[in-house]
Amino acid sequence: MVVFEKPKSLTDAPLHYCPGCTHGIIHRLVAEALDTLGVEGKTIGVAPVGCSVMAYDYFACDMVEAAHGRAPAVATGLKRAFPENVIFTYQGDGDLASIGMAETVHAAARNENITVIFVNNAIYGMTGGQMAPTSLPGQVTQTSPYGRDVTTAGYPIRVSEMLSTLDGPEYIERVAVNNVKNVKAAGKAILKAFKNQVEGKGFSLIEVVSSCPTNWGMTPQKALEWIDEKMIPYYPLGVYKDKSAQKEEK
Amino acid sequence: MAEKVLMKGNEAIAEAAIRAGCRHYFGYPITPQTEVAAYMAKRMPKIGGTFLQAESEISAINMVYGVAGTGKRVMTSSSSPGISLKQEGISYIAGADLPALIVNVQRGGPGLGGIQPSQSDYFQSTKGGGHGDYRLIVLAPESVQEMADMTALAFELAEKYRMPAMLLADGTMGQMMEPVELPEENINTVDMPWAVTGTEMKREHNIINSLYLKPEELEQKNIERYERYKVIEANEARYESFMMDDAEYCVVAFGIAARVAKNAVVAARKEGIKVGMIRPITLWPFPKEALCAAADKVKAFISVELSMGQMIEDIRLATECKKPVELCNRVGGMIPTPEEVLAKIREVKGGSN
Amino acid sequence: MTTQLLLAGFGGQGILFAGKFLAYKGLLEGRQLSWLPSYGPEMRGGTANCSVILSDDPVGSPIVSNPDILVAMNLPSLDKYEDAVVPGGMIFVDSTLIERKVKRDDVKVFYIPATQLAQAMDAPTLANMIITGKLLSESGMRTDNIEDSLKKVVSAKRANLLEINLKAIRCGMEYNA
Repeated sequence: MVVFEKPKSLTDAPLHYCPGCTHGIIHRLVAEALDTLGVEGKTIGVAPVGCSVMAYDYFACDMVEAAHGRAPAVATGLKRAFPENVIFTYQGDGDLASIGMAETVHAAARNENITVIFVNNAIYGMTGGQMAPTSLPGQVTQTSPYGRDVTTAGYPIRVSEMLSTLDGPEYIERVAVNNVKNVKAAGKAILKAFKNQVEGKGFSLIEVVSSCPTNWGMTPQKALEWIDEKMIPYYPLGVYKDKSAQKEEK
Repeated sequence: MAEKVLMKGNEAIAEAAIRAGCRHYFGYPITPQTEVAAYMAKRMPKIGGTFLQAESEISAINMVYGVAGTGKRVMTSSSSPGISLKQEGISYIAGADLPALIVNVQRGGPGLGGIQPSQSDYFQSTKGGGHGDYRLIVLAPESVQEMADMTALAFELAEKYRMPAMLLADGTMGQMMEPVELPEENINTVDMPWAVTGTEMKREHNIINSLYLKPEELEQKNIERYERYKVIEANEARYESFMMDDAEYCVVAFGIAARVAKNAVVAARKEGIKVGMIRPITLWPFPKEALCAAADKVKAFISVELSMGQMIEDIRLATECKKPVELCNRVGGMIPTPEEVLAKIREVKGGSN
Repeated sequence: MTTQLLLAGFGGQGILFAGKFLAYKGLLEGRQLSWLPSYGPEMRGGTANCSVILSDDPVGSPIVSNPDILVAMNLPSLDKYEDAVVPGGMIFVDSTLIERKVKRDDVKVFYIPATQLAQAMDAPTLANMIITGKLLSESGMRTDNIEDSLKKVVSAKRANLLEINLKAIRCGMEYNA
């Protein structure tokens, strides 16, 4: 009996991520969702610029590499060309919430029928640990060496809360991947986000609070604890918008 | 023969694109090209196509990139400042070897510039525009009829050579109405095994990408692309030769400048001046051979441009500086009159006697 | 033969519409032609002009800088373009809105109180077509296809406007100072 196997929607390419990085977990959750729904063959994914830039090598479905921040626009093009296919983007916080904020907000406002996986680890990883739009107040990074000073660098952006104020999007949920319970909940949320698309419900975004031990300067274990101590208090987990559920309640 | 209809250049582009099978248009409002978007907004929903007004030119070109990856015909249109914003996406489209049509109905610059016609995006269009080593196929129509015909041609060339093509017009071309015989519906396309369409679990996954972290690999990609460009330069250069048989002077002009210059050439002939015109129809590939051959026959060239002198550099390169090349230009939205061009022809003739 | 026309006035006076009517008329006659509007940021009230070229040969530059026929529907347009008209050319002046006379004596000038006539026939927006009517009768253009040409520019949805446009053109054709 097979007790553990790699999801079919992942290729055999070895991941390049740092030890303790949670991208691997999130890739797996996405691939499991595609496997569960049996949609790998009609899925086209969009990779971002950032640590997960080479996600196109890891997902077994067709993939497109987007320019920094533009994944939702690229996904919009793909979805309009193939409305019956499953289209997802996989983006980090710099990509989605800084340079690509306009694309994010407008794809959500249009209720574009795509799935967005938003990995929030409060830092720019690939370029070596600069301040992100989601870096916490006081957080030390390469470009906030004395800690993020909100009087000059502004405040972090809570993407899920902000997008949930729009009438457009179908589903917005924030999850985390720092312990077994949270990973299970994250998997459920990601599956729902893809199911929504298959059912034609519209824009679903799952914000995944994750870690970056390398650039946070912590051991992997400590980084997971930091998620509980610092990240989740600022970025509370939960469902921020669920239009279908709201309709059912009424 | 189909009936001739009266249409604005911008509308002719839109209708010709639809007839060429383009069902995806992404744009953002900017004068003087907005009629393209307005036409698409009206027509696309009725034929099952996509018209989407994007949140920015940047988004619009990235939506184009998305559709281009699927191998379906797709286009965007804008005017100079908007085209600058699209350069990032155009570089990615070129880097991922995707076909797409970008229409630039030029206005004066730099900066916000003005809204009147210009040809000052010549460098941007023909030399790359965005970052990296790449080219666009650049077509320069001089009439509403050519706006329509070259739209279809641009799609075909873009697909044949897997690269973005640009229709480089200007505010006059976009706004003017002329009788036009619209092309028949005709979709000459090619196989696109590289497209992302969903694997259907029947093949390895396709990846649309311009990232090559290994320098050897990226170098090879660039070299291969330039091999393809060589083929295009050898086969696709297009131009019109006007009264060149016995010409001693050669006017070189494209688009609206060529229309004006034609009047001047005819007027100069009436005065007995042996002058003709070479009108580049493709700005890249530039019709180098035609100009080089002309350089052996004529005494001088006159480049008529709505810029501070951009194409003139290509004329000098093509003719290997064998003969003098003079500039006759207006900028900032001004257009030279045929009289101004005629005066320049007279001046050049006087100077070379 | 080539006729270069320049129509000029305020935005909202129907300058571009009158030009389109003449262009479609040329199209129905199988002639070569071009129609080029000025375009600017203002939708109403600013200056508007429109170049129309009708020819038996391919049209070169679509920009009319020296018109054979000038239609001036406001004073700034007359001031700007009077000197550009070719000697022997024609100038049509809306004399309701332009009080001064044309200074040149080498052109044929027609003064038509088009705006006033339009108001009198309860169609204040059709001064453009009244002056166009006068242009048709004085310039020797064909007049047998006026209705067909109008049908091309008045959209089917607004077919009720056809009759009044036709009436305005006839009013201009028959006007004699």
